[in-house]
Amino acid sequence: MGFSDADLTAIWLTVKLASVVTILLLIIGTPIAWWLTRTRSKWKGPVNAVVALPLILPPSVLGFYLLVAMGPNGPLGALTQSLGLGTLPFTFAGLVVASIIYSLPFVVQPIHNAMEALGRQPLEVAATLRAGPWDTFFHVVLPLAKPGFISAAVLGFAHTVGEFGVVLMIGGNIPGETKVISEQIYDHDEALDYAQAHWLAGAMVVFAFVVLAVLYSFNRRGSQTGVVGGY
Amino acid sequence: MGEAQIKATLSLERPGFKLDVDLDLPGNGVSVLFGHSGSGKTTLLRCIAGLEKASRGRIQFNGDTWQDKQQFLAPHRRPLGYVFQESGLFPHLTARQNLIFAMKRASDTIPGLTFGDTVSLLGIDKVLDKHPAELSGGERQRVAIARALLIHPRLLLMDEPLSSLDQARKQEILPYLEKLKKQVTLPIIYVTHSPDEVARLADHLVALEEGRVVASGTLTETLARLDFPIKLGEETGVVLEARVTERDEQWQLAKATFPGGDFWFRDSGFALGSEVRVRIFARDVSLALEKHHDTSIVNLLPAVVEEIATDEHAGLALVKLKVGDSPLVARLTHRSAHRLQLEAGKQVWAQIKSVAIIQ
Repeated sequence: MGFSDADLTAIWLTVKLASVVTILLLIIGTPIAWWLTRTRSKWKGPVNAVVALPLILPPSVLGFYLLVAMGPNGPLGALTQSLGLGTLPFTFAGLVVASIIYSLPFVVQPIHNAMEALGRQPLEVAATLRAGPWDTFFHVVLPLAKPGFISAAVLGFAHTVGEFGVVLMIGGNIPGETKVISEQIYDHDEALDYAQAHWLAGAMVVFAFVVLAVLYSFNRRGSQTGVVGGY
Repeated sequence: MGEAQIKATLSLERPGFKLDVDLDLPGNGVSVLFGHSGSGKTTLLRCIAGLEKASRGRIQFNGDTWQDKQQFLAPHRRPLGYVFQESGLFPHLTARQNLIFAMKRASDTIPGLTFGDTVSLLGIDKVLDKHPAELSGGERQRVAIARALLIHPRLLLMDEPLSSLDQARKQEILPYLEKLKKQVTLPIIYVTHSPDEVARLADHLVALEEGRVVASGTLTETLARLDFPIKLGEETGVVLEARVTERDEQWQLAKATFPGGDFWFRDSGFALGSEVRVRIFARDVSLALEKHHDTSIVNLLPAVVEEIATDEHAGLALVKLKVGDSPLVARLTHRSAHRLQLEAGKQVWAQIKSVAIIQ
C-alpha cells in the first residue's frame, strides 16, 4: 500500500497551492500589517475586523460569497471576464484567490503583532540616523519583525493546506486542477476506502504536528533571545 | 558666541501639558535644558529634532529653517545626531554594524570624526563585535553616542543619556562626555534633571518649568542667580572656569586662577595651564568682615555683597557676592547676616571651606 497516483497528484497540487498562496499573502499582507501598525485612521478597527472575518465565519459562508462574487454576474467575475480570463470558480486561480482570503488573518496578524511590538523607538532612531521611510522599513522594520514573518509564512502555508469547505465550494473537486488533499480524503471516505484515507489523513496529522512543534519551539527560542515575535 | 545659532519658538499642547517656549541658543558649546520631570525639556528636544510636531512654531538652525508655517522638515532630513535615554541600538546588529548603519547614511558634505577617532574617543574598541544585549548599560550608551557622531551631525541632541544608568555607570561615562565636549566643536543640546551633570557639562543653561523657559544664560551667571527658579537645595552654588597657574609640591596643592582671584585646592596632577571647572557650594562659603589669619581655611577672597535673598528655609539667607568679575553665593543664617549688617555694596571676606574641581 501507500499513496496512489491520485493521492500524489492531490499532494502535489496542495503543496503548489499553499506555496503560491503563502508567497502572495506575504506580499499582500505586509503592507496591510504595516498600515494597521502605523495608522491613526478611524478605519483601523473596521479593516482589522475584515481581515479577521475568515477566523470566525463558516467556510461555507465565505465560499458562497466568493462563488457569487467570482461568478459570471459577480463583480470579480465581471472583472476577470473583461480581462479575457473567463471566470475563476472551478479553476486553480480561483482556488488561489479564495485561499488568500481564507488564510489572510493567519498571515497579517503575526506580522502586525511583530511590527506593533517594535514600538516607536526603532523608527525614531532610524529617522535620526537619516534613514527615510523606505530605508527604515527594509533595514529596520523587516529584520526586527522577522520572527513574525516566519510565523506568518508557516501558519499561512499550513492553514491553506488544511482548508476544506471553501475549496470544495470554489474548486469543485477536479483532479489535478482543484482536488487538494482534504478533498481526496473526503473522496476515499465516501468510497469507504478507509485504508487509503488513513494514509493521507495520517500524513496530515503528522504534518500539522511537525509544523506547530517547530513553530512553538522557534517562538520560545525567539523570546529567550529577546527577539520580538509571536502572534 | 559664534555666528551659528539655534532659534526655536514653539508651542504645543497635550492633555495636561503645555509647552510654550521662545529660545535662542548659542551655536557652540553645550546648552543644557534643565528641569524636573514633566517640565517639557524632552518634548522641547524632540520638537527640535522633528520627532514631535509643535502645532505652532519656528525652528531655525544656522539660518536654515527646519520648521515654520509653510514647512516641516522631516527628522531624517535634519543634520542632527540624537542620543536617546535608552540607547536605542538596533538589537539585530552588532555594535560595529550599528556604527556602520550611521556611516552609510552620513552626510558627505559635512565634515566629522572618522570611525577610528570615534571609537577611541568613546573607548569602545573592545566591544565592537558584540550585540547590544551583551553590552553593559554604559557600553551601550557609549556606542549610541558614537553612532550619533558618525552620522556627521551639525547639531548633537542628547536626551538624558545617563538617566537609565546607576551612579557607578554615570561616573564611568561622564569623563567621556567631558572629553567629547573638549574635542568636538559641535554644538550640543543636552537634557538633564541632574545638577551634577549641569555643573560638569553646561556652558549655557536653560531652566524649564511647566513647559516654559524660566531662566536662560551662561552657566556661571545663571547658576549664581538668587532667583534661579529651580531649587537646588544643598547643591546651590556657582561654577567658575579657572586655569591651573601654580603647584605647591611640598604640600601637594595646586592654585587655580579665575577672573577675580585664585584659590588653592588639593592637587590631583593637573598640568600647569590646564583649564579646570570649579564648583563652589553656597554651604561651603562663610563670610567675615575682616581677614582672619587664625583660621584653618586656606581660601580667603575679598568680595562685595550684591544681593541678599531668603533660601528655602526661612532662617537661611543666600548672599550673592562679586569676587572681581566672578559671582559667588554664600549661605548663612539670617541671624548672621543681621549681625554682620550685610547689605548690597558692603565689603566682606569670603571664606571658602572647600572647592570641587570637576573637570
